[in-house]
Amino acid sequence: MAARKKKLSIIATRGTLDWAYPPLVIASTAAALGYDTEIFLTSYGIELVKQTPRLKTTAIGNPGMPMPIQLPVLLQAMPGMQNIMTMLMHQKLKSKGVMSIEQLRALCLESGVKMIACEMTLNLFDIDQSDLLDEATTGSIATYLEFAGKSHISLTF
Amino acid sequence: MTEYDHELDASGLNCPLPILRARKSLGKMKPDETLHIIATDPGSVKDFEAFAKQTNNLLLSSTESGGRFNFVMKKT
Repeated sequence: MAARKKKLSIIATRGTLDWAYPPLVIASTAAALGYDTEIFLTSYGIELVKQTPRLKTTAIGNPGMPMPIQLPVLLQAMPGMQNIMTMLMHQKLKSKGVMSIEQLRALCLESGVKMIACEMTLNLFDIDQSDLLDEATTGSIATYLEFAGKSHISLTF
Repeated sequence: MTEYDHELDASGLNCPLPILRARKSLGKMKPDETLHIIATDPGSVKDFEAFAKQTNNLLLSSTESGGRFNFVMKKT
């Protein structure tokens, strides 16, 4: 019996620390479970395939984000607060044994996950392919849709 | 206690690391060899059941003792 190999397609559009995890955790797990996985990185998601991703996070606009102390939004917007919140998130992730984004990304690539950077986004934000990981290829949404159209699961983040 | 050819200690690792590491270990094994996995993540029980089912490897045993979960998988 030769079942058709399962395929997972993911579009990653966000470039913040909290949003970097869902596509990569799902991709790495799916790869472990035998899925052929491709991630298309577009818009701010391009940050995930940069050589050194600079990912931040903030509770502003994110009322659902759990915080050690409930700060009024006006205070959350003070200079330096974004960096503090990013640092707190990093600490929390580390204390719970969660891999860093770089490690998780390396794991994905090692497991055969393909990462495709959106050409239009690169053009829009003046990003050179040399700024990206060697393992990442570039493509248009049309090329990506060829894979996505045959995939069993398609997710967008 | 079932005997095994290889062992993987995934203690302290949380989802999805135990199955990712197991996949790596299984990749280096020959068919019919067995892998003993130790994990502390309670989520790993369901993870390994799903892993075995999806990758067509056999989960020979799944036991727990004092917060430690032991799995024996056979590569097919």
